[in-house]
Amino acid sequence: MATMTAGALAPNTAEFILEVADVRKAFPGVVALDNVQLRVRPGTVHALMGENGAGKSTLMKIIAGVYIPDQGEVRLNGLPLELHGPLDALQAGIAMIHQELNLMPFMSIAENIWIRREPLNVFGMVDHGRMFKMTEALFERLGIDMDPEMEVRKLTVAGRQMIEIAKAVSFDSEVLIMDEPTSSLADREVEHLFRIINDLRAQGKGIIYITHKMDEVFEIADDISIFRDGQFIHSAAASDITSSEIIKLMVGREVTQMFPKEEVPIGDVVLSVENLCLDSVFENISFEVRAGEILGFAGLVGSGRTNIAETLFGVTPPTSGSISIDGKKEIISSPHQAMLRGLALLTEDRKETGLFLGLSVIENMELAVLRDGYTRATFVEQNRLDQECDSMKEQLNVKTPSMEERIGNLSGGNQQKVLIGRWLMTNPRILILDEPTRGIDVGAKAEIHKLITKLVKRGVAVIMISSELPEVLGMSDRIMVMHEGKVTGFLDRSEANQVNIMQLASSPVKPTVIED
Amino acid sequence: MNKTMEPTDHLEVVKKRKKKIPTEVSIFLVLVGIAILFEILGWIVRGDSFLMNPQRLLIMILQMSIIGIIAIGVTQVIITGGIDLSSGSVLALTAMVTASLAQQSEYARAVYPALTNMPWVIPLAAGLIVGALAGLINGALIAFAVIPPFIATLGMMVSARGVARAYTDGQPVSMLTDQFTWIGSGANPVIIFLAVAVLFHIALKYTRYGKYTYAIGANPQAARVSGINVRRHLIMVYAIAGLLAGLAGVVASARAGTGQAGMGLMYELDAIAAAVIGGTSLAGGVGRIAGTVIGALILGVMLSGFTFLGVDAYYQDIVKGAIIVAAVVVDQYRQRRRLKAA
Repeated sequence: MATMTAGALAPNTAEFILEVADVRKAFPGVVALDNVQLRVRPGTVHALMGENGAGKSTLMKIIAGVYIPDQGEVRLNGLPLELHGPLDALQAGIAMIHQELNLMPFMSIAENIWIRREPLNVFGMVDHGRMFKMTEALFERLGIDMDPEMEVRKLTVAGRQMIEIAKAVSFDSEVLIMDEPTSSLADREVEHLFRIINDLRAQGKGIIYITHKMDEVFEIADDISIFRDGQFIHSAAASDITSSEIIKLMVGREVTQMFPKEEVPIGDVVLSVENLCLDSVFENISFEVRAGEILGFAGLVGSGRTNIAETLFGVTPPTSGSISIDGKKEIISSPHQAMLRGLALLTEDRKETGLFLGLSVIENMELAVLRDGYTRATFVEQNRLDQECDSMKEQLNVKTPSMEERIGNLSGGNQQKVLIGRWLMTNPRILILDEPTRGIDVGAKAEIHKLITKLVKRGVAVIMISSELPEVLGMSDRIMVMHEGKVTGFLDRSEANQVNIMQLASSPVKPTVIED
Repeated sequence: MNKTMEPTDHLEVVKKRKKKIPTEVSIFLVLVGIAILFEILGWIVRGDSFLMNPQRLLIMILQMSIIGIIAIGVTQVIITGGIDLSSGSVLALTAMVTASLAQQSEYARAVYPALTNMPWVIPLAAGLIVGALAGLINGALIAFAVIPPFIATLGMMVSARGVARAYTDGQPVSMLTDQFTWIGSGANPVIIFLAVAVLFHIALKYTRYGKYTYAIGANPQAARVSGINVRRHLIMVYAIAGLLAGLAGVVASARAGTGQAGMGLMYELDAIAAAVIGGTSLAGGVGRIAGTVIGALILGVMLSGFTFLGVDAYYQDIVKGAIIVAAVVVDQYRQRRRLKAA
C-alpha cells in the first residue's frame, strides 16, 4: 500500500516519528550495537531484519528504555528522549510487545491489560465494572472477541499474544514495537493482527516490526532496515528490495575465517533417528550420523534444534519416534542412560545448564565421570581423577591459575573448554555440541574447531548446532536445516551456502508431501 | 604450575589473586573474639573468669552437641539449596519411640510391657529408622511431589510433633535402662557429635555423595544434564538429615533419661543458625561441616556467656535473632561477590 519512494527516507527530523542516531551499546566482552541508525516515518510499518545476534533485540530494548545506550540518542518526534526505564518509554509514548509473554495467569484479562492504570471509584478502590467496560471498548476497536473477566491462564498461547497486543495498543502510544508477534499465531490470527496493524498505520502511528518471516515482511512492511553483527547495514522501501537481496545483506560476510576442516574417512552409521516427535515442539525428525562425520544443525533460534539435542540426550523424552544406536533401537529416558550409550551433550546455555559457577575448575570437570568409574567403595579416587583432569586441561589448553580456581573467574572460552573436557572424559562416541563457540573469543574458537576435527578423526560422530552460518558451513559434512520444528532440507557440504541455508531456515516446508 | 602460563593470562588472573582467608578460619576468629569478649566482661561485671571454668565449658559443649548433630544433617540439606524445618519435631518423635523401647521391666506403666529390658541396640536402631523414615517422606515430597522444601518440612514439623504427642497421649516415657542412658552419659554426646561431624566431613569431601550434593546446590539443571539422578539424591540427603535428627533424639532421651513430646522445641532453628553462621549459603552449593561445628560453638558460647553474665533469657533471644540475620546478610554479600566474579 505504501507508495512513498526511497527519497522519503532522506534525513529530515520533522519527518520521522522515531529516530535512533549513532547508538552504541557494549556489554562486558561484546559490543552489541555500534553506530546504529533507524528512522521510522509516521503511519508506516518498519521491519527490522537480521540474523540471530544481529542486535535487533538490544536496539528495541534501548528504544523501550530497558537498556541505556552508551552513546547516541533516541528522538521521538524530533525531540531527544532520556529514558531511565521501561516506564519512562511508556509515558513518552513508546510501547513494546515482548517476545516472551509477561502476563499474570491468575488475573483476569481486564486486570492484566490495565494493571498499574486501574480505574478507581470514589473510595479509591478498583472500579472493576468500568475496567471491564474499557476492555470491551478496546476489544471492539480491535475486533477481539474475548470475555474481559476470563482468567488469562485459560487462554491459548495465541490468545495471550493477542492480549499482549491489545495491552500495548491500549497505551495509545505513538510508537509500537512488535518483536516477532506472530511466532505463536496461526494464519487466521496473523490476518487479524495485520488488520489491527493496518488500522494503527492509518492513525499515523509508527510501528517497528521484527520478524524472521520473509513473506510477512513483504505483506505488511513499508520500510525495511537490515542489521548484521550489531551494525546497521541498509534501509530501503519494501517495494525497492527483493527477498534474496535482504538475505544477502543479512548474512553479508564471506566465510573468511579459516576452518580446520579435514577430509576424514566416514564410517558406519552410529546414530539414526526416525520420525522423532515432541508434542508441539518438533515433528517427524529423521536423520543419521556416521562415525567421523559432522552433521550441522542450522535454523533460527526456536526452530527446535536445541530441543532435538535435549531429546536425544534424555532430558525431555520424545512423544514418538525412534532412536537407534549402531542399528539397535534404544529408549533413552535420562541423561545418565544417554551417557551409558556413548552420548554426550554440551548444552547451549553455558551458565544455565552447564557450569557450576560457585565450584572450582576441577569440580566442574570431573562431575560427569564420577558415576561410572573413578569411585572405589564409595570414595572418589581423587588422585587418579586429578591426573586425568590435569591431562585433559593440558590437552585442551585451559588457561587457569590452578584447578582449584573458581570457574566463574575464567574467561568464557576457558569455561567452555572445561565443559568440553567434562564430556570428553566420558569418552563419547556421539558428541552433540550446541553452540560450542557462542560468546567466546576468536582464539578459543579456533582451538575448539581444531579439537572437533581431532575428535572426528578418532571416529567420533558429531552433531554441531550453531547459529553462526560460517561455522556450520566451515565445519559440517552435511547440514540439516530446520524451520519451526520441521526439517526443511539437507544440504551437502559442496552445495551449501549462506543463501540457501537462510532460505530453508526462514521458509516453511514446501507443501509437497502432506497438507493439513 | 604458574610458570607455564603466558603473560596475557596473568593480567586476567592477577587482579583476582587477592589473599583469601578460608571461611572457617574467619568464623573461628569470630568464635575466639566472642569468647574473649565474655572473658573481659566477666572480669568487669562479675570479677570472675568465663573461660577458666572447665565445668562450664563442658556443659556448654554438651548442650550444643545435640543441636550440632542435627545441624550436620541440616547443613547438607542447605547445601543442596533446600531447608529442613522438621528436625526438632523429628527429634521429639524419635525420643518418644526410642524411650518406649528402652524401659526397665520393673516399671509397672511401661508403654510396651512385653518389650522391656531390651539391649541398647534395639531402641537406638528404632530411633534411627524412625528419623530416616521422616526424612525419606520429606525427600519424596520434595523430589516427586515437587513441593518447596520449606513447605514439605514445615508440614513434617507440625505432624511429627503431633505424632510424638499422640504416641503416649502426651505422657512422658520414663524409667529407662542403664545401658541405654549410658549413651547420653558423661561426654558421650560430645563424642557422638564429633564422630558424626568427622564422618560427614569426609563424606562431603571425598565421596561421590558429597560431590553430587554440592553440584545439585550449585546448579540443579546442570547436575541433571551431567547425568546425576537429582531426585534420588535429594531423597537421600533428606533421609540422612532425618536419620541424624533421629540420632539426636536417641542421645537426647538417653541423656534426659526420659522421652517427652516437648523435647527439641525450636532446635531446627538453632541448627539452621549454626549452619548459616558457619558459612553455609542459603543459596546452595556452599558450606562445610567444620564451619557448622564452629557455628554451633558460637551459639553455645553466646548462650553460656549470657547466662554467666546473668543476662535475661529474653535478651538472649533478641541477640541470637540479630546474629542469625547478620550471618545471612554476610552470606548475601559473599554471594553477590561470587556472582560479580562470574
